[in-house]
Amino acid sequence: MGQKEGGRVSLLKLDNVTVQFGGLKAVADVSFEIRERELVGLIGPNGAGKTTIFNLITGVYSPTAGRIEFDGKSVAGRRPYKITARGLARTFQNIRLFPSMTVFDNVRCACNMHLRHGISHALWRGTKVAAEEARIETDVMELLEIFGLAGERDLNCKSLPYGDQRRLEIVRALATRPKLLLLDEPAAGMNPTEKTELMKLIRFVQEKFALAVLLVEHDMKVVMGICERICVLDYGQKIAEGTPSEIQSNPKVIAAYLGKEVE
Amino acid sequence: MNKNTKVTLLSCVVVFAALSPTIGRINPYYFDILIGVGISLILAAGLNLVNGHTGQFSLGHAGFMGLGAYLASALSLGLKFPYFAMPVWEGHVGWYVFKALSLVLSVAINALFWLHNLLVPLAASLPGWGGFLLALLYGGAVAALAGLLVGVPSLRLKGDYLAIVTLGFNEIIKVIIQNAEPLNAQRGLGGMVQHTNFFWTFAFAALTVYVVGNLVNSTYGRGFLAVRDDEIAAEAMGINTTKYKVLAFVLAAFFAGIAGGLYAHFKQFIHPEGFNFMKSVDIVVMVILGGMGNTIGVCIAAVLLTILPEWLREVSHYKWLPAWLQEMAANRMILYSLLLIILMLARPQGLFTGWVKKKGAA
Repeated sequence: MGQKEGGRVSLLKLDNVTVQFGGLKAVADVSFEIRERELVGLIGPNGAGKTTIFNLITGVYSPTAGRIEFDGKSVAGRRPYKITARGLARTFQNIRLFPSMTVFDNVRCACNMHLRHGISHALWRGTKVAAEEARIETDVMELLEIFGLAGERDLNCKSLPYGDQRRLEIVRALATRPKLLLLDEPAAGMNPTEKTELMKLIRFVQEKFALAVLLVEHDMKVVMGICERICVLDYGQKIAEGTPSEIQSNPKVIAAYLGKEVE
Repeated sequence: MNKNTKVTLLSCVVVFAALSPTIGRINPYYFDILIGVGISLILAAGLNLVNGHTGQFSLGHAGFMGLGAYLASALSLGLKFPYFAMPVWEGHVGWYVFKALSLVLSVAINALFWLHNLLVPLAASLPGWGGFLLALLYGGAVAALAGLLVGVPSLRLKGDYLAIVTLGFNEIIKVIIQNAEPLNAQRGLGGMVQHTNFFWTFAFAALTVYVVGNLVNSTYGRGFLAVRDDEIAAEAMGINTTKYKVLAFVLAAFFAGIAGGLYAHFKQFIHPEGFNFMKSVDIVVMVILGGMGNTIGVCIAAVLLTILPEWLREVSHYKWLPAWLQEMAANRMILYSLLLIILMLARPQGLFTGWVKKKGAA
């Protein structure tokens, strides 16, 4: 376990993380921390390195330098599925559901690593399998019901409306039973009503499942509305960190987004 | 795979077991076709796991079949492999790398030979079909080992590139057998006892369909589909994509090896050219025509495509057909290819995709 800071245990810690693609430093010396059950936002103009940081944390890329600790253990350069097994789940900027599967199966997939029997049992459909499959079905249906998708369980996931697909992606991530949920631009392409619902949903998820959430988002209304703390990136560097009101008045952030005033 | 399927498959096995002793009375030509159907079922259902469900395009399935056929035959014929040492190369220091590699290789190969030679007397000592069953499983196990070796490059390669690697593997197996003197090389291997009958063929066909169906429909099995649909998302959901890809190859290769053993102990003569690229393509066609990842569709396609070329032979003798049609059917392989083209144009998603609707798909 990480050390206690501000009453809550540190869950994810980035320590001077740098990643270089050839001559380009996509992320340079970025450090920040997420504590248990905290809702943190990560913002920045286009190309600031937000998604790269996501991919670093989830193991899609490995950092050129620096440490990434999750739950007290280093996860830098680990295979993504191992990091997920530690309790870190994510959604994607452009929805990546499994297109050939039903809503139910999409979520069932994510229960894969919680199976208590080996693959050989699945070959023979041994006695353990039926019990496990029943348990997983209950778990999945419970999740689907919470998010109002139970009625659509046998529909192909691609036939859902856009907002529901986003929701399903969150459900699928929750099925891995994470301690930290990473949301990559969940509000992208949503209309104002959907955005308001999304904000409610994220708050609800965070409280109901006692999660920490890291949110990458372009929509300021969403970020300012729900995040406890915000990190601002620009050109791969962290330029500010603080509460929403602090960030809103930070001159560096204003400069990054709107440019400097002409003197 | 629900209870009904289980009962259906089991009753199939029982029926075939009951039919087995009486089979001497049916036309041997039809018998030959029926056994061919069973073997195609095993091959296609196995390959469907790799090409269909896991989405890894393998073009080397006949290689696994050939390995199984030859090694099962070698075991039941009592052929032993002579141990060999890799040649020692003269030369400068750079060659040491090759020397070390060849040493490792020769040790590994000799160890496999040693195991084989140990199994030979054991197989000979088993009465009746015991030795045959051991030979089948042995052939399957060797093919599975080869599947493991081919599964590893599949981790780095996708699509066309993987297809070429597996195709190359198929050719390598063929060429090795063509040059393997203990396996009678290019002359072909014969003299196996005809142990394969209705029962064994369809018992293994049922087993293959059962196991693959079970696996794919389980929660674990969703992992195969996840790998096919989106590898990055699969990894992010805690699915070890490496494990799934290799497992698909190993299982498919195992069943192909069994199919090879059955084939060898039915035809009683095998030749390396029988396991070439064209044979692989035949199996791939069954999988594509049945609808990739559609277990029942692929099974139907395997049955149809095994019977079709033989049926076309028959058609050319139908007196009631107009002469030009009879003549056309006489060139049956042209007609067969033409039919494949038409079927693919009409139903590119597979003949039977969308026919079988049930909960949880596939």
